Amino acid sequence: MTTLATHPAGMLDLVPLEEPACLINPDGSPSMALGLTMPDGGELVGLYRRLVAARRFDRQATTLTRQGRLAVYPSAGGQEACQVGAVLALHPEDWMFPTYRDTVAVVTRGIPPVEVLSLLRGEWHCGYDPKEWRTAPQCTPLATQALHAVGLATAARRAHEATAVLVFLGDGATSEGDANIAMNFAAVFDAPVVFFIQNNQYAISVPLSRQTKSPTLAHRAIGYGLPGYRVDGNDVVAVRAMVARLMDQARDGGGPAVVEAVTYRMEAHTNADDATRYRPPEEAESWIERDPLIRLETYLTNHGLLDQPRRDEIAAAAERFARSVRDAMSVDVVPDPAGLFAHVYEQPTPLLKAEAAWLAEELATASTEEVPS
Amino acid sequence: MTVTMGEALNRALHDAMASDERVVVFGEDVGRLGGVFRVTDGLNAEFGEERCFDTPLAESGIVGTAVGMAMYGLRPVVEMQFDAFAYPAFEQITSHVAKMRNRTRGQLTLPLVIRIPYGGGIGGVEHHSDSSEAYYTHTPGLTVLTPGTVADAYSLMREAIELEDPVIFLEPKRRYWSKAEVNLPVRTEACRSAVIRRHGTDVTVIAYGSMIDTALDAAAVGADEGYDLEVVDLRSLAPFDTETVAASVRRTGRAVVVHEASTFGGYGAEVAARLSEECFHYLEAPILRVGGLDVPYPPPMLEEYHLPNVDRILDAVARLQWEDSSVVVGASRAGSAGGRAGR
Repeated sequence: MTTLATHPAGMLDLVPLEEPACLINPDGSPSMALGLTMPDGGELVGLYRRLVAARRFDRQATTLTRQGRLAVYPSAGGQEACQVGAVLALHPEDWMFPTYRDTVAVVTRGIPPVEVLSLLRGEWHCGYDPKEWRTAPQCTPLATQALHAVGLATAARRAHEATAVLVFLGDGATSEGDANIAMNFAAVFDAPVVFFIQNNQYAISVPLSRQTKSPTLAHRAIGYGLPGYRVDGNDVVAVRAMVARLMDQARDGGGPAVVEAVTYRMEAHTNADDATRYRPPEEAESWIERDPLIRLETYLTNHGLLDQPRRDEIAAAAERFARSVRDAMSVDVVPDPAGLFAHVYEQPTPLLKAEAAWLAEELATASTEEVPS
Repeated sequence: MTVTMGEALNRALHDAMASDERVVVFGEDVGRLGGVFRVTDGLNAEFGEERCFDTPLAESGIVGTAVGMAMYGLRPVVEMQFDAFAYPAFEQITSHVAKMRNRTRGQLTLPLVIRIPYGGGIGGVEHHSDSSEAYYTHTPGLTVLTPGTVADAYSLMREAIELEDPVIFLEPKRRYWSKAEVNLPVRTEACRSAVIRRHGTDVTVIAYGSMIDTALDAAAVGADEGYDLEVVDLRSLAPFDTETVAASVRRTGRAVVVHEASTFGGYGAEVAARLSEECFHYLEAPILRVGGLDVPYPPPMLEEYHLPNVDRILDAVARLQWEDSSVVVGASRAGSAGGRAGR
């Protein structure tokens, strides 16, 4: 029989360490973190390669926005280690549920950027096949996707399949009802899901202090009976190790977990936002010394794992990747208006058929009116 | 055999679960208790905790997890305990359930059913009697079904579960205990079609859900008063079967739309507008609506003043400009009990 007396001890086990787990310090020196191990040199260089590509992609997407090729781009600048580290911890059979800020994560999953950017280009809401990539559409309504993640994870567990689910959340989204409901459902159903909270300190303009009175976001997990962890979100090695460990645990029946990755949104919310209205420039500057790329580069250089030719080769590869994105996105696309009606229902309803015919007629009339004189 | 609408729904869920192991049923109190209206009675015992189970108490959580399960290939049937308690799930329904197929251009489909006991007439205290259909019919991507007969309760539910599209299944809760002679399993007309429940020549009364019985009662009384009413049961509110309904209205030349929901901005407004476009030159009179008052749903002791009834339907029928017509009309209903000018 379960006695009440067992609960306080169990709860104490759930209290997270406030110091974020870190394997490489901001200055590039090695660090120790409970339960996490430093990977070998080859793997570290691989992480660096992905991180360089991620940052280059992010900058390219921002440039495409300035050029009018994207309608909007919520930058992942400063958060690349979170997104690269978390995604590289996944197995192919795992699912992930990203948000609009996780474009770098989705690209890191391997989905062609031109398909990923369909949303932000304004061509279609989701440009890739979620089933093929086991990646849900990037979600805009905050925290709503967390419930989908729990449902999918529950279904996978009931099917006895080795699938775990990673759901991305931001610090602001943890205030939404669905985030809390999702963590509670996950705990009750023992769903193989990991809640990956990128705490970038701001929800557009509102600082974390306005979102919660909890000591940390990881502490929120205690209330659901879930273990909460903190990881240095600018240490790609620690993020990857932490998420991999918790995903393995979930896959093996160990239940759900919450991770708070402590990071900083270096850019404004989107290109349409002006961050100087709500935070001093010195604040962002203070995070430069914790930059995810520089610290890994320093570590690799100090350990003789990265020389100049290798660094140049990795930079050149990232440049080629960016160019391929630029070229692909510079092609004008003209979505077919008839596609509006194609996927509302399995079979178009009489109403949709009538509206499609009406639109086709309108377009035909417009094109005859445009005959040059 | 004699079955109630609640029993027919229960049997439909049972038979769907027996024939397709992907079907799972969950919600609040649907497991051991069998639902507050007993619609899921016995399912947990027969199919086990993996197939029929209770969730934590959060409607958004119920619908949101159903979305994830459907993405993985299950066919969830979830219960919202009462109409007004479905509102916490509104964001999930409108932003995700309705749109997932469209957002992903058909790559992700959500074959799930959201069961919502709706409407009043059971003496429920506040928040237990809303008619929320217009919120759902206004959302493209949703299929909104509601049975008006016991046989349809079974058949529409089976079809709803078989559809690849998400369905809002509105169960007229005051008719859960209505009985009929039906041999189950039964399959009725295809779910997206309206059905003529009573043929008549003078007026088309368009109704659905709980108002089918009320409309048929009105037709029986109307016959004594000289009106031959045709009663059309919509069954599917979205999509709307324009063809069947418009054909009826073209035959009769007059139409009344009946629903429990408040009249302003209600589903009847859409029906009236659409039929005006389709049948204008056949109409002898404006299409009238008989709906609930435009007030928050009243407390039980006052709900009889809110809900449409036989008298209000026949009052509307009497106001269909018969004086200009060659049709022989019945007695004036000006003095009838419950009659209200202007409705």
